[in-house]
Amino acid sequence: MKNYLQLNLSVLYWIVVAPFRGQFFKIGPIFRQMVSIGVRAAPMVALTAFSIGVTLAMQAANSLRSMGAEMYVPDLVMLTLLRELGPVLIAVIVIGRSGSAVAAELGTMKVSEEIEALEVMAINPVQYLVVPRFIALLIMLPALTIFGNYIGILGGWAVCRFALDFNTAGYIIRAVESADTWDLYSGMIKSAVFAWIIITISCNAGLNVEGGAEGVGQATTAAVVQSLLAMLVTNAVLTSIFFFG
Amino acid sequence: MNPTGETIIEVNNLVRRFGNRAVLDGISFNVHRGETLVIMGGSGCGKSTLLRHMIGSMKPTSGSVKLFGEEITEMKERELESVRLRFGMLFQSGALLASLTVGENVSLPLFQHTDKSADEIEQIVKKKLEIVGLTGFEDLKPDEISGGMKKRVGLSRALALNPELLFSDEPTSGLDPIMTAVVDQLTLNLTKGSHMTAVVVSHDMTSAFRIATRMIMLGQGSIVAEGTPDEIRNSSNPEVQQFIHGRADGPIPLNVSQEEHKDLQHVRPRPFLGGRFRFHHKHP
Repeated sequence: MKNYLQLNLSVLYWIVVAPFRGQFFKIGPIFRQMVSIGVRAAPMVALTAFSIGVTLAMQAANSLRSMGAEMYVPDLVMLTLLRELGPVLIAVIVIGRSGSAVAAELGTMKVSEEIEALEVMAINPVQYLVVPRFIALLIMLPALTIFGNYIGILGGWAVCRFALDFNTAGYIIRAVESADTWDLYSGMIKSAVFAWIIITISCNAGLNVEGGAEGVGQATTAAVVQSLLAMLVTNAVLTSIFFFG
Repeated sequence: MNPTGETIIEVNNLVRRFGNRAVLDGISFNVHRGETLVIMGGSGCGKSTLLRHMIGSMKPTSGSVKLFGEEITEMKERELESVRLRFGMLFQSGALLASLTVGENVSLPLFQHTDKSADEIEQIVKKKLEIVGLTGFEDLKPDEISGGMKKRVGLSRALALNPELLFSDEPTSGLDPIMTAVVDQLTLNLTKGSHMTAVVVSHDMTSAFRIATRMIMLGQGSIVAEGTPDEIRNSSNPEVQQFIHGRADGPIPLNVSQEEHKDLQHVRPRPFLGGRFRFHHKHP
């Protein structure tokens, strides 16, 4: 826990304070990380979001049909995706795909003395390794969430258009009318907070690996489990603040 | 060589304990500019631990380490960085960053710590790789080259910023005899020609006697013998004689008992094959 807080402070130092002391972070590594932990996750995000959109629409149609309220299917799909399932599910995908990869990569670097070598070359590992990943995920997770929301809404449309009595224009109008901008923004805030949690927990797990290949495995598991739990609990807290406050 | 120049490294009564076991138990020595100090000793005698204290990646239980006259044991990470820019370190495994190419590894300190242009850096990288006999290897990844080559890349990376002081952990293990001679000659050229100071941890006696101006032998956490290569070679200490001649029989204890060794303390004998055999092994 002490290590984790130190890492957070250190990341904040390198992002907020260091640029004013002439040590600006480099852009190139951030883009590389954005591609590897963000862009490459897009196909998985798309598939997940589409399935969820379709499932949501089918379940909504089933329940609402009994009350004769099928016209509210787009509302339900839209709100559920924007507020909850979009940010949460895409964070789950990113934890499984990128959080574990980051923990394993940094953990392997730790056990093969690479981190120590960086320190001895007077290169700060937090600045060199953690900051690019942190900024990359802080940008890419909200971006992936917006992308996933679109695809999920597309999934809902597919059900409404081909299985229910909606036309495309009707679906779009109902969906857009049901949500206001705060629904989108709250989801974005959530995913930015999730990005912070995921990347700091994963990097911390990787940087504190001890004891060879076995330690790397344990750190990867710990990164995934801790990120998931922290993310889900934070989601509940944020929902209560945003919508029950 | 007698100490002539300024003192580069001052280690004073350095103690490091792991649990109850003192891995380093009151070590003191000085290294002067232009010297090549070889630290030798059996496996587990604390050589690497000593080296890690000298580069500031481990903090001692007590005692002091001064590099270039500055006390490093109480420095914060950020203060340590300015000292670290003045020395290079060659790790036993090379410790190259696996995600970067050979060329990028060597250029890393140059990109991070100098304002040189990409072209200048490319020229320096070429030159640094050339002196360790690896011309044209810039674009390979570390996993595409052999262990000995990795070590040579590690050496050229350590030399990238033209350090005043070079630490090497087993620089010649895993190298063929010719390459060993090349690396030794390189160390000699740098210390004689450019007045670089070198601290080398080594098992390789041929290479040690070739490059050393002074030698230290560690045993069980303290200095067993210290002197010029000639003094070491003619030492009357039986431990030194056993070590430099590589004899199996002698006064140096072969094993560390389990109680003494902290890392093994949590391993308890466990019944194996229904308790008929007892294996002292972590992974059955």
